[in-house]
Amino acid sequence: MTDFGYTLSRSSTVNLDEADRSLWLRLEKLEPDLRLCMACGSCSASCTAAELGGMSLRKVILDLDRGRDPAPIVSACMLCGKCSMVCPRGINTRHLILSLCRIYEKK
Amino acid sequence: MIYQGKQKIWSDYQKEIPDDHWFYVRSCIRQNFFPASEAYFVKVVRDLLGRDLYETPHHTTCGGIAYHSDTIPQETAMTIVARQFSLMKEAGYKNLVTSCITSFGNYCEILETWREFPELEARIREHLWKACRREFDKPEYVCHASDVIYKLRNEIAARAKFRLVNKETGEPLRVVEHIGCHYNKMFPSKGVGGAEYPYVLCGMVESWGGQVIDYPERRHCCGFGFRQYLVKANRGYSMSNSHKKFESMEPFRPDMIITNCPGCPYFLDRWQYVVAETQGKTYGQGGFGIPVFTYEEVAGLVLGYDPWDLGLQVHQVAPEPLLDKMGVPFNPETKYLGLNKKDILRPSLPSGLKCF
Repeated sequence: MTDFGYTLSRSSTVNLDEADRSLWLRLEKLEPDLRLCMACGSCSASCTAAELGGMSLRKVILDLDRGRDPAPIVSACMLCGKCSMVCPRGINTRHLILSLCRIYEKK
Repeated sequence: MIYQGKQKIWSDYQKEIPDDHWFYVRSCIRQNFFPASEAYFVKVVRDLLGRDLYETPHHTTCGGIAYHSDTIPQETAMTIVARQFSLMKEAGYKNLVTSCITSFGNYCEILETWREFPELEARIREHLWKACRREFDKPEYVCHASDVIYKLRNEIAARAKFRLVNKETGEPLRVVEHIGCHYNKMFPSKGVGGAEYPYVLCGMVESWGGQVIDYPERRHCCGFGFRQYLVKANRGYSMSNSHKKFESMEPFRPDMIITNCPGCPYFLDRWQYVVAETQGKTYGQGGFGIPVFTYEEVAGLVLGYDPWDLGLQVHQVAPEPLLDKMGVPFNPETKYLGLNKKDILRPSLPSGLKCF
């Protein structure tokens, strides 16, 4: 292979036909409210752990929807529950994160 | 939706293109990349279709390439453009037609800026007068050369010797059309079909017998982006953009790509070579790439001009598979003979991409 001194950047394309969304589907069975999320980001904006550990529930839900594993992000959650208080769709986000942690435990 | 309603919506995306009397300004880079495209535009529009197309040897770059590469301020580009307008005034023309997409965007951007800030236009008039004692009138109409070919597409189709049809199967050739970003993403109202439904190349393809294929990354940039390519450290971004498009169009098995920008055909053509050399992947059939053409080259092929006179030998991706599909005759022996049969030497062949 020839070295031109530059190379391809990793593509950010999400191919939903190939993405493994099993984690999202399992979580949806436990937390049907997951479908109510409109990705407004209120949870992430109010998150105490965001600044410290990079937690973002919005990103977690988007990653699950796109077949990516958000485990490293979820591990930063302190379960304070502030996100539940601000969610405009009334999703019990704290419980949603707990359910996701239970799925990880079973894994 | 009722049909009349659809027609009204579509009419908002249309563009009035003058039929005759154009002042033609060439691109500063196209003649290096695709040497015969502009010459054949003039040949088709002026000599074959008999339109009044004027160009002057005093024309220079519009400054757009330097402006977009962050090497000159916009006021400098404006003064250069003001000089082109003064040349047009001197020649007695009011319709400006540009060969380059970035020039088209540059002219549109400058005219719009002057409309919003008349005091800036007055300052540029002063700059031009101090620099070269010239005065200018703003053009009544600015269009891109692909608009002109779009306008004349049916006249070209009426004279067609070959069509964008597979001569073996009788099926229309599957064509990817790629519009330069500066054509309609800066000022959507200035492009045929706007930014959402660009039709300038689709119209040509359909008129000449081909079938336009739709694919997910159809409206994605080719990746030129000026500094993305010109700064070597960023060059991977440029290639990644083209790569994303190739990956997206590959399942639709395109026979060819048609473009209307100086950068797009160059990068969609050359990056296929680099992707083949670095990733070991080719996107055409049988180890070839997907041939990439300018709209003038496609018009020339349809009209029956010799492929080597059209400059197809300087393409990286071999055009021969497409010529065979269209039934265009060509002589492999004369491929690398230039003007007056001068031998222009054969390039060395790449290891990853099949070429002749």
